[in-house]
Amino acid sequence: MYKTLLCQRYLRTRFIALASIISVMLGVATMIVVNSVMSGFSSQMRDRIHGLLADVVIESHSYDGVSDPDLQIRIAREVADDYIEAITPTVEVYGMLNFNFAGQWITKPVTLIGIEPEGKAKVGPLRSFLDSYNPVYEDNQIARQALRPDSEQPNWNLSKDAVEYRREKIDRQKWYEEQLAAMEQADTPLIDPAAATSKTDAPEEAMPNDPFADPFGDSKAAGKDSAPADPYALMDGRVYVGVGLVSYPYRDPETGKMKTMMMARPGDDVKISTVTAGRPPSHAAYQATIVDVFKSGMTEYDSNLVFCNLDELQEVRGMLSPATGKRAITSLHIKLKDYTQASDVVERLKSAFPPDQFVVKTWEQKQGPLLAAVEVESAILNVLLFLIIAVAGFGILAIFYMIVVEKTRDIGILKALGASSSGIMSIFLSYGLSLGVVGSGVGVVLGLLFVHYINEIEDVITWVTGRKVFDETIYYFPEIPTAVHPSMVISVALGAMLIAVLASVFPARRAARMHPVESLRRD
Amino acid sequence: MNQVLTPPAIQLSAVALDKTYRKGPEEVNVLRGVNLDVRRGEFLSIIGRSGSGKSTLLHLLGLLDSPDIGEIRLEGKRIDHLPAKTRDQLRNRVFGFVFQFYHLLPELTVLENVLSPLMIRYSSWEYWKRRKELQDKAQEMIQEVGLSHRLKHRPNQLSGGEMQRAAIARSLVSEPEILLADEPTGNLDVETGKGIIELLNRLNSERQLTIMMVTHDEAIAERAQRIVRLSKGQIENIRERAAG
Repeated sequence: MYKTLLCQRYLRTRFIALASIISVMLGVATMIVVNSVMSGFSSQMRDRIHGLLADVVIESHSYDGVSDPDLQIRIAREVADDYIEAITPTVEVYGMLNFNFAGQWITKPVTLIGIEPEGKAKVGPLRSFLDSYNPVYEDNQIARQALRPDSEQPNWNLSKDAVEYRREKIDRQKWYEEQLAAMEQADTPLIDPAAATSKTDAPEEAMPNDPFADPFGDSKAAGKDSAPADPYALMDGRVYVGVGLVSYPYRDPETGKMKTMMMARPGDDVKISTVTAGRPPSHAAYQATIVDVFKSGMTEYDSNLVFCNLDELQEVRGMLSPATGKRAITSLHIKLKDYTQASDVVERLKSAFPPDQFVVKTWEQKQGPLLAAVEVESAILNVLLFLIIAVAGFGILAIFYMIVVEKTRDIGILKALGASSSGIMSIFLSYGLSLGVVGSGVGVVLGLLFVHYINEIEDVITWVTGRKVFDETIYYFPEIPTAVHPSMVISVALGAMLIAVLASVFPARRAARMHPVESLRRD
Repeated sequence: MNQVLTPPAIQLSAVALDKTYRKGPEEVNVLRGVNLDVRRGEFLSIIGRSGSGKSTLLHLLGLLDSPDIGEIRLEGKRIDHLPAKTRDQLRNRVFGFVFQFYHLLPELTVLENVLSPLMIRYSSWEYWKRRKELQDKAQEMIQEVGLSHRLKHRPNQLSGGEMQRAAIARSLVSEPEILLADEPTGNLDVETGKGIIELLNRLNSERQLTIMMVTHDEAIAERAQRIVRLSKGQIENIRERAAG
């Protein structure tokens, strides 16, 4: 009884004990906040990394690919049908994306992925990344509703808004052409006669968005859908482009807010160049209409990937077998029923797809270094944060040692009154435990509150310092992602309590071993 | 020589006690072969100069320290070699201590200080069950020493005399058989000291409590029934005070 009473009194009357409670509390709170943010970050990261990747990908080493997708799918299904939920053929190849913005051509290196939208949507989330399926937010307000209903299957058609934009643009261009022609007629001597006479060819350079322009002459797009049929018709090539490829962030000079400038948008045409299949590969280029823009949140994807229609890509690249008429593919994207069995499936698929021709990988293996980096980062952070609590532990040790020295006489009194050494020891151990319990309790509450209001806190810090702490243009997150795992909170709290108790063992033992007479003599 | 049945019987005895303390490099031989018998119900005072070993003798008798050579016997049984736990219990149940500097716990109120030996004696659960009874007992003791109006005060709010009274109440609450007082008046003015001695006298006669008091004050020592004079770690003489 005296142990509890004294322990409680020491807690209440020792200001210094408050210091150790605060140090435990801060340690626990920091650890909870950082862990929550880290795990929020990494789970979001994983989602995003996974986002556009299928669970398992079978890739051929060669850009030529392998013939007959149906056969390949059948082979895959044969060995692992029980595990496979969906499977879709794709062609992946490097290429260049060219488009005109503000009078200049912009060229970007990209990875072209030929897909069938319905099939791709089945092996992974596609709709949630496509701009037209999602509302646009500005300052937490919906600035634009979703352009397509969720029920609409992803396809290669323009949304209504994009169709209007395209019409308007083509009309404007026509008017501009006519104006130019009229000016030239009135003013012929000043202009190179060649420009005026070759009206159908020349505007290609001056007006690069002309849907009929064909700078390379080897695409069939311009020839087949000849102009009179439908001036607003789309190109045969259709693409979803990553938002990072066709936009750049800028700071609005008036409001100081970060905004995104779109350099090309759905309805615009782009030129895509890549290499043909066959040996040796040669250059191939075609025109395509941007159908949608995707934003996965992963810069690596958003500024590198272009999804295009599979059949057009196959045709342009000459991936058709002249003999059988069968098309070739370079990879299969597979979605599993249960991802936990992925390694099993990979093994089975490896047996069916020989390693000299194919690579079979899970998405985690494909993004191994990135995921490992995230893990290493959070492991290091945890070690560092654990050191914070260890520092708090040494603080407790020092403070306790002081308290024991200060309480030497009282310890002598208690011993004279018949208290046992273990009783004295347990006063200080329970003192340490209560510091740990109170400290980590308050720390847990503080940490969870901080996590809960982290975005508000970020706003305040931003307002005070005038510097954006969490810049969404860098991270692509509208707000700081957090994920609180109860097991993490519990283990942090228990760890802190354990450290508090461990730190009090040494002083408590010293107290217990004190000689009553010597303790009493100290005055 | 001794008649076995002669009352009052020997309650506590020191047999050939030797104690040496180490002070830095030198050893100080504090007690050198001290023999002393304490009778049940007697008021004995130990007097001597500073450093004569009187406090050490008291500590050895009260099991706060153990002798290098010699034995402490309670009711004829040796107690100084018992295991620590048993000695803790003896200190709690058989002996009551009063110190020169009161040695109250500063964090606790008078009532809690007085209750502390009982808290130590009983487990938390048992104490909780019997708290009413134990508190009544403590209040009774406090009343006996005349501090009823100071129950909820902290030691630092009390005067020296009051603190010593509280300390006496604390030593009595566990109903000890022997009260060991180390200079109980040493820190008090003469008048207050007198009051404390009167209180001890009263307890001795009313409760038949055996009291051993260490003092360096001849006048105070004279209030006891027997006076043991200690000098340089040895008993110089034992004097019986004339009855009266």
